[in-house]
Amino acid sequence: MSKLLLLGDEAIAQGAIDAGLSGLYAYPGTPSTEIMEFVQGSKQAAELNIHRQWSANEKTAMESAIGMSYAGKRAMVCFKHVGLNVAADAFINASVTGVNGGLIVVSADDPSMHSSQNEQDSRFYAKFAMIPILEPANQQECYDMAYYGFELSEKMNVPVMLRITTRMAHSRAGVQRKEVRNQNGIKLPSDPRQFVLLPAIARKNYKNLLLNQPAMEAESEKSPFNAYIQGSNTEMGIIATGIAYNYLMENYPDRKCPYPIVKVNQYPLPKKQIAELYNTCKSVMVLEEGYPIVEEMIKGYLNVGKPVHGRLDGTLPRDGELNPNIVAKALGMTVTEGQAIPSIVKQRPPSLCQGCGHRDVYEDLNEAMKEYGTGRVFADIGCYTLGALPPFNAINSCVDMGASITMAKGAADAGLVPAVAIIGDSTFTHSGMTGLLDAVNENAPITVIISDNSTTGMTGGQDSSAHGRLVEICKGLGVHPDHIRVMVPLKKNHEENVRIMKEELAYQGISVLIPQRECIQTLARRKKTEKKESND
Amino acid sequence: MKNDIILAGVGGQGILSIAAAIGLAAVNHNLYIKQSEVHGMSQRGGDVQSHLRISDAPIASDLIPAGKADLIISVEPMEALRYLPMLAATGWVVTNTVPFNNIPDYPETEEILANVNAVKNHIAIDAEAIAKEVGSARSMNIVMLGAASLFLDIPFERIEEGIRQLFGKKGDDVVELNLKALRAGREYSEKNR
Ligand SMILES: Cc1ncc(C[n+]2csc(CCOP(=O)(O)OP(=O)(O)O)c2C)c(N)n1
Ligand code: SF4
Repeated sequence: MSKLLLLGDEAIAQGAIDAGLSGLYAYPGTPSTEIMEFVQGSKQAAELNIHRQWSANEKTAMESAIGMSYAGKRAMVCFKHVGLNVAADAFINASVTGVNGGLIVVSADDPSMHSSQNEQDSRFYAKFAMIPILEPANQQECYDMAYYGFELSEKMNVPVMLRITTRMAHSRAGVQRKEVRNQNGIKLPSDPRQFVLLPAIARKNYKNLLLNQPAMEAESEKSPFNAYIQGSNTEMGIIATGIAYNYLMENYPDRKCPYPIVKVNQYPLPKKQIAELYNTCKSVMVLEEGYPIVEEMIKGYLNVGKPVHGRLDGTLPRDGELNPNIVAKALGMTVTEGQAIPSIVKQRPPSLCQGCGHRDVYEDLNEAMKEYGTGRVFADIGCYTLGALPPFNAINSCVDMGASITMAKGAADAGLVPAVAIIGDSTFTHSGMTGLLDAVNENAPITVIISDNSTTGMTGGQDSSAHGRLVEICKGLGVHPDHIRVMVPLKKNHEENVRIMKEELAYQGISVLIPQRECIQTLARRKKTEKKESND
Repeated sequence: MKNDIILAGVGGQGILSIAAAIGLAAVNHNLYIKQSEVHGMSQRGGDVQSHLRISDAPIASDLIPAGKADLIISVEPMEALRYLPMLAATGWVVTNTVPFNNIPDYPETEEILANVNAVKNHIAIDAEAIAKEVGSARSMNIVMLGAASLFLDIPFERIEEGIRQLFGKKGDDVVELNLKALRAGREYSEKNR
């Protein structure tokens, strides 16, 4: 079979399909989105009838995957790193229930925060849950690890984390496929109470999880994804995890590094190899993409052993992603950069598309808010977060998905009235609905704007879970129908929209404004496919 | 043999089709390839870049080390300058000269072009005008690819093959148009190198 040219994300998807995946569950988030998109576009996945719809959020995705595993089939769940925060309750407890069908949790980290609010390291979560991590260094390993991860999960009776970072997710290279394995049949857990985490059962399961740790370590020690690579210069030994290994080797064009290396792509850390490196070398350098987790473990709290270099002692920067030059500097090599950037080059920050409905919403809102002054608009995460930048300067917060409504409520509780929340349709169904229920229950004097573009725009236009039912959802949650106001954010409606906003801002209770106009990017794409279909 | 290429532009300008065409050509020519691209936030009109590495030996890093790029292909002139720290002393800059002005403080075009001209090895090409001449402003990207192809260690026929593969689904007319754009770009570089 010839090689396929795949993104890391796509290689994970193909590996999972070929390993007998029955269900993929996900909520979009850069850099993880292309895993689901690949499966949705795959003919093979359609023929195999693999579940491949987006979930409302990461928690519902995680739980559905646990359910599929309960039924004996192989399931995978994917999200970006902060999505794991949302799914964390289910995730941590799934390590206590254990699995039936193999379960892989793909968490895509974004060091340097290319498209994120923070650069948290998902490996912490896996350590917390005491489960194995697979961390690929190249696209082939993405494929191979997704393929092997289910087996490892079934063998160890725990979910397995597949941890990637932005560069791995969004880089393309050739990938060789393996033979396609059949899906598991339905098979109930042999112990009918395995998934019932009543304290008495949970205590027993948890003991088993603890007893299982040495077996997981033994798997890492004999894993083909980990390696001890000999080196002649034992002044220093290097531990390189995930793609950090690539940046290390890039600095040795003949691929011969003089220092002994432990290449770590499967955790828990392979103790045998790490101990050998430590005992052989006078000092240790740790190269890892993300937080200094391995470094901290090797160093220990008191740092009384051999010198350990890495992000903590300043050998490498404490934050941000690695690259070949940063690693070269850490190794004491000289780096020659090209010419400096000419001073006339200006920043080019992202901005809302010309013609985007969010623009009109902000024009309307800024006008309506004039009499109250600035500092009262709590926003959320999506394209509309770009309303923070000029020319709008319209919003005062963006913390986590759903926080707009609840923060507005908290501020109103403190006496900041009116307080406004602005949230997208996908973010609203992700985690805004429960916050709105809080506001309804106290008839909080806040104005919630659901800027509805019928899609998940920021991540590239995936279906959003509202499916045109926002008014019904708000009514169902108990918002009074008189204070649910739908509008069309277009220039010609500016005056009317401002009037409606002012009315609701003055109202001393909960109101929801729903400006509705489709994202022009998805609209253009839809028009194109419709045209194509009518031509066919 | 190795070609380390930075592709630059503004989100929405479609630098990834250039990457895809070179990628196909490289794979057809049995070369190793790694290509990292930008998805997400900056695709909304921000600056975007792609690192494309092709080689006859396995490639370690997905990112090109600073100061080691052999070629910067930019579909926008200010974006070409943004990546100069990445360029090797012997490297080439091949850039479109037509600005994409979506920021309030965009510099004067003359200033930008003066800075491009100050780079030792450069090709500055009005790819939009050439694309229009051959038939469609939308093939601007492929004109750029044609202009840059002179500096790639891949036979030109392989790149033509890549174009056929990339646009094959869209019909013969689209393929022909893009092949014309490719050749026009190539010709410009041959004359102006
Ligand atoms: C917990 C979490 N999951 C996913 C994301 C990635 N993400 C950022 S914005 C967004 C959705 C935006 O959709 P919507 O609210 O409809 O706004 P739009 O971008 O369409 O304007 C997503 C999924 C995130 N930041 N946090
Ligand atoms: S992608 Fe859609 S929602 Fe996002 S800025 Fe563009 S038009 Fe607006």
